[in-house]
Formats: sequence, structure tokens, C-alpha cells
Amino acid sequence: MSLLPALRTGALARVNPVTKLGCALLVAFTLLATVDWVSAAVAAVLETAVLAATRLPWRTVLPRLAPLGVAALLAGITTTLYGVPAGRVWWHWGVVEITDGSIAFAVATALRIAAIGVPSVVLFLTIDPTELADGLAQLVRLPARFVIGALAALRLVGLFFDDWRALELARRARGVADRGRVRRWAGLVFALLVLAIRRGSKLATAMEARGFGAPGPRSWARPSTLGRPDAAAAAIGIAIAALAVIVSVATGSWHWVVS
Amino acid sequence: MTAARAAGVRAAGWGWRHAGRRAWAVRELDLDIAPGERVLLLGASGSGKSTLLAALAGVLGGADEGEERGALLVDGRRPEEQRGRIGLVLQDPDAQQVLARVGDDVAFGLENLGVPRDELWRRVQDALDAVGLAVPLRRSSAELSGGQKQRLALAGVIAMRPGLLLLDEPTANLDPHGVAEVREAVERVADDTGATVLVVEHRVEVWQDFATRVIVLGGDGELQADGDPARVLVERADELAAAGVWLPGRRVLDEPSQRPVGAPLLTAHALAVGHGRTPVASGLSLTLGAGEAVVVTGPNGSGKSTTALTLGGLLRPLGGEVAAAPALAGDAGPAPIAWSSRQLLTRIGSVFQNPEHQLLAASVRGELAVGPRALGLPDAEVASRVEELLARLRLDPLADANPYTLSGGQKRRLTVGTALATRPQLLLLDEPTFGQDAVTWAELVLLLRELADAGDAILAVSHDPELARALGAREWPLAAREAAAR
Repeated sequence: MSLLPALRTGALARVNPVTKLGCALLVAFTLLATVDWVSAAVAAVLETAVLAATRLPWRTVLPRLAPLGVAALLAGITTTLYGVPAGRVWWHWGVVEITDGSIAFAVATALRIAAIGVPSVVLFLTIDPTELADGLAQLVRLPARFVIGALAALRLVGLFFDDWRALELARRARGVADRGRVRRWAGLVFALLVLAIRRGSKLATAMEARGFGAPGPRSWARPSTLGRPDAAAAAIGIAIAALAVIVSVATGSWHWVVS
Repeated sequence: MTAARAAGVRAAGWGWRHAGRRAWAVRELDLDIAPGERVLLLGASGSGKSTLLAALAGVLGGADEGEERGALLVDGRRPEEQRGRIGLVLQDPDAQQVLARVGDDVAFGLENLGVPRDELWRRVQDALDAVGLAVPLRRSSAELSGGQKQRLALAGVIAMRPGLLLLDEPTANLDPHGVAEVREAVERVADDTGATVLVVEHRVEVWQDFATRVIVLGGDGELQADGDPARVLVERADELAAAGVWLPGRRVLDEPSQRPVGAPLLTAHALAVGHGRTPVASGLSLTLGAGEAVVVTGPNGSGKSTTALTLGGLLRPLGGEVAAAPALAGDAGPAPIAWSSRQLLTRIGSVFQNPEHQLLAASVRGELAVGPRALGLPDAEVASRVEELLARLRLDPLADANPYTLSGGQKRRLTVGTALATRPQLLLLDEPTFGQDAVTWAELVLLLRELADAGDAILAVSHDPELARALGAREWPLAAREAAAR
């Protein structure tokens, strides 16, 4: 078992991961600045239109979006029931109070989760970790030692799933798996940590033996460049964020989170 | 391949002691290896071969990791100062890839050396050609076979054009096909580049024609023999055999006398096995009788380990059934997977492929006591079982050491010991002889033979051709992927 390979179909595959990351962050920060439902709705509608045009393999993508839908729904329901009461009261029972205010806030929250979550999930599904690392090091100029180290460590994450499974079986074989669940878990977590550190140090040795961290300049096998697709993607990202703000302010619904 | 200047090695009174150990792993080593020599480095399990190789690669670590004495120089300079001049290939095929794709992984070392992009990709392709790995550059390294992964590791190293190539049991984890692939690739690379090569390996026959010189480290970390392979291996044969060196054509153990096979203990019928929902092998049928030994063979990836885990009551069968006869099950039910962890202990013992997955205690002695303690045995009985196993497995000098600090071969003997400590009637072992020198190998095999003679059943997954013969075992071959068994 290992991490999922990145999707390489559709228009998004030609966009540099750094651009995708930038777009996702821009939309997220814009929508987090306000609590109204209009901005979130505008962004969600525009994003859906744009993503529909990128021709992603939806059969693969939609199941990955399902948890996001559940999260949005749950957040919406809780906010409806427990949100700050305002306006007309529809139902009241103990601490539960459904009001115009709590309903509006719930819709805004659910839309916001969708509007921030959907593009993030879709963009990350199409990002290849190696290409992202190349971009972060070459374009954003993050320290190579840090970026490449993190990339190499990411490869180990897949192995941890195998380790966990093997450790569970091994405990059963050693006769110590009948103990209480909590103690067993604590033991497993500790063992996994020990293994992770050992794997990490072995990998560090292998990297060091191949000149990682050697003095002198490093070269890059894969150039990370920005081109037309990146300009287009950035323009779309900025447009979505800007339209969300403009419509929201124009309809008088913009509401700063901190005010 | 463009030839790199071959490197020379010199050790003068060199020694290394791992932090927290009393004994020196290597001591008083004086050695001169001329550029271009091809050296086969032999020695007993735990004699410091891997330590020497790690030191030559400059990855042994600083003063926190241990104490150094004397000098160890490559081309007259310390190894740490010469990244790229020295290449290291380790035994674990999965521990050496840094990046996810084949081409990127080979390029990694070149990037670190600052090789310009055009030249870099030329050298990547040259290196892959040299090791005979003809796969697309974008292929995921996780999809490669064991032999291909080792050749990928070799390519990543030789792309840097090292003058000294260090190989630490590069074929130990591979099936016979993979062994041949890697052996061939190393020879081709050595011929093309003229680099100095140092190979650590237990199995002499794989490398004896390749080597121009044999160096043997003794059990106490000192130089024991050094010279021309034909001369050293013949003239000092008895001495080397006693030190645990595997010599070609020399049988370590004779075949055992014929054992009668008793009543069946465990049967598998139309068994399908796998970790997830997709079987890696199916249609497996087997009957294991008391006193019987079976060796499971087959290429890497044919589902041997998964089969052993399923037979051992650790994985649920994906199809068919595993049934224990009353003679084995006793008061427990017929399906081992339904037994409790404690019930398994006296019935089926499992030894995993990776010993580190099975380590639980802070000392070797404590590790052996885990099983007997879980059975609730009296202290005196626990102690006597532990002491007996420590002696039999030659682990008594390490009784108080942390299991994680043992050598690969010692760890493996320890996990075999932990399974034996609860005296199960059926023992399932995954590559039990891996990393053993001839002496510890013989001790281990004799121990297993005694168990079979006493009426226990043994099933071992192994690439070791000698094991089946010395155990008097029947072979159970699993076919590649789409498995069909007898």
C-alpha cells in the first residue's frame, strides 16, 4: 500500500502545483474573512462551473469529496440547532433554538466548507508530491534540504500502513493481543513510533550516502516552470475570489469575521 | 559508462565500538585495497562486516554513535569528505529509494552533486542501461520486483560515478532469479567503470568468480584471512568453515534420516489469501502432519508470506478454509483465526519476515520471556526456558542488549527463539535462515530438526535451497501471482 498517485488527466495536469496551491489558499483566505452566505455561494457556483470544465475523472473524484459533503451537512445542522439566536424563533427546546439567524449562519457555514473544501480536495488530488516539492524549492525558494527531506519522508507514510498491520499481527502471534484495547493501542503506537524513527534514520543514511546535504550547489533534474496554463489558472482563481467579494459587498451581506 | 578513477582503501589500526557496547565491532584492522580490486568480504554473523562498510561509506555517524580508533581512509582522505566518490548499496530493496519514480530516484544523487540538467539525464539513462533496467523513467519504483529495486539502487549509486562501490548483502533478500540479475549487473558495472568493489555476502558461490581477493573478518572483529579467492578458500577452508563462512561445495549439515509423518495437524483447503480483499494467491491446499517439514518456495510476490500468516491464524482466509485437527486445536475450535492470542502460543508459532515487527522488550532476555510470561508459567520455568534458548541460539553474550541493536542475523535468531519459547506444536517461519553464517545456520536447522523429530510440524518460507535439504523437508512451490498449488 502506498499513497494515491496523482490524477494526470484534464486541464489541471498542466498547471504548476505551486499555482494550484496559491489559488486554493487565495479562495480559502478570502472566504474566511467573512461569515456571509452570499460570498460562499458565489464562490461555490463559480468553482463548480470551472471544475466541470476541467474534465476530471469524476468517478474517482466524487467519492473523495463525499466526506466533505458529510462535514458540511453536519456543520450546517449543528449551527442550525445551536447557532447564536437572532430574528424569528421557529423552534425552541432547552439549549436548542432554531431561529432565522441560526439558519442563515448554518447555510453560510455549510456553503463555506464546500467552497473552500471542494477546490482544495480536487487540486490536491491532481498534485504530484514530487512536482510540488520541485515548485516549492525552485519557485517559492523554500530551503531544498527541508523540502526534499519532507518529500522523502512522505514516501514512508505508505510503509507505515504496512507496519501498523504487521505490528498488530505480530502482537497476536506473541501472545499479548488479548489485553485491553487501550493498552494494546498504546503499545502499538509506541512500536510504530520506534519503527518510524528507525525507517527515517535508515532513509537519512541512504540519502546521505548519495550526497544529500553535501556542500556545494544543488542542481534540479526537473525544472519547475510557470506558463500560460498557470496564468489562466491564476486569473480564474483571482476572478473567483474577487467576484465573491464584489457580489457580497454589493448586496450588503459582507460581514467581517473580526469586527 | 564513462570510467571514474578507481579509489584505494587503507585501514591502519582501525576499530569501531558501537555506543553502549563493551566489545569492539571491528578492531585493529590493517588493510590496503588497491584501486580496481574486487573484494569479497566474509565473516561470521555479527563480525562487523556491515560496520566496516558503513564506515567506508562515511555513514557510521559521529561520536554519539560510537567510538573510533585508528584511521580508515579512501584515497587518503576521510570517507565523509568524499560524497559521490563512494557508493553504497544495502540489502533491503525498500530502504533505498528516495523518490517515487525510477528516473527521479536515479537523478537524486546527481542533483545533490550539482550535475547540470542535460548531463544529468544522460547519466541517468546510462546508469539504467548499465544495470539492465529497461523500464520507463516515469515508472513508480513501488511496482518493481525485488531484483529490479536492487538494480535501481545500484543505478542510483553508479550514476554518481563512484570510484569505490560498497555492496552490503545486495542479493540476500532476493529470489534466485533476482540474485542472478543483480550479480550480472554488478559485474557489468565493474567491467565498464573499473571501480573498486567491496561486497559483503554470506554466500560465497554467488561472488567467488567475480572477486579478485577475499578478506575474512573473525568473530572478534579482527582480520582472519586475506588473499586470492582460490587460495584462501581452499587453504584455509577448515578454519573458515569453523568461523561460519559459507564455502562453495561444502555441505554444512548432512541430510537427516527419514522421519515418519504422523497424524495431520493442520489442513488448508482451496485457500485464498491476501491482506485486503484481493487475493494474492488462491486455490492453495496443504496437509501438515506431525513431524513433517515443508518449505514454501516461489518468486518474490507470489504470496508466500501472506500464506504463512493465514495458516498461522493471523489473517482471515479470503476463501476456502484453514482447519486445525483436534491433536493441534485441543480445547480450542478448529479455525486458528478464532483462537485467542494466548491460545495460539502453545499451538502455532509464527516468525515474521521482518524481525523488527515482532520485538516487544528492552533486552534480549526479556524478549524471550514475553511468551512464557503470557502463558502464566512460573518464574523458574520461564528462566530455564530463556537460558536454554540463549545458549542454543548463541545469544548469551547479548542477553542484556537491546534487541534493536542486534545485527540482522542475530535479530532473526532471536525472533525464532521467541516463538520456540512457548513450545508450539506447529512452527511457521518466514525466511528463518536469512543473514545467518554457516555456524548459526547449522545450529538453527538442528534445532528445527529436533522439533520435527519430536513430532512438531514446521513450515518455512525460504529462498534458501540448502534449508529444505537439511531439514528433510518437502517443497511446496507457489507460482507467480496467479497461484496454483498442489
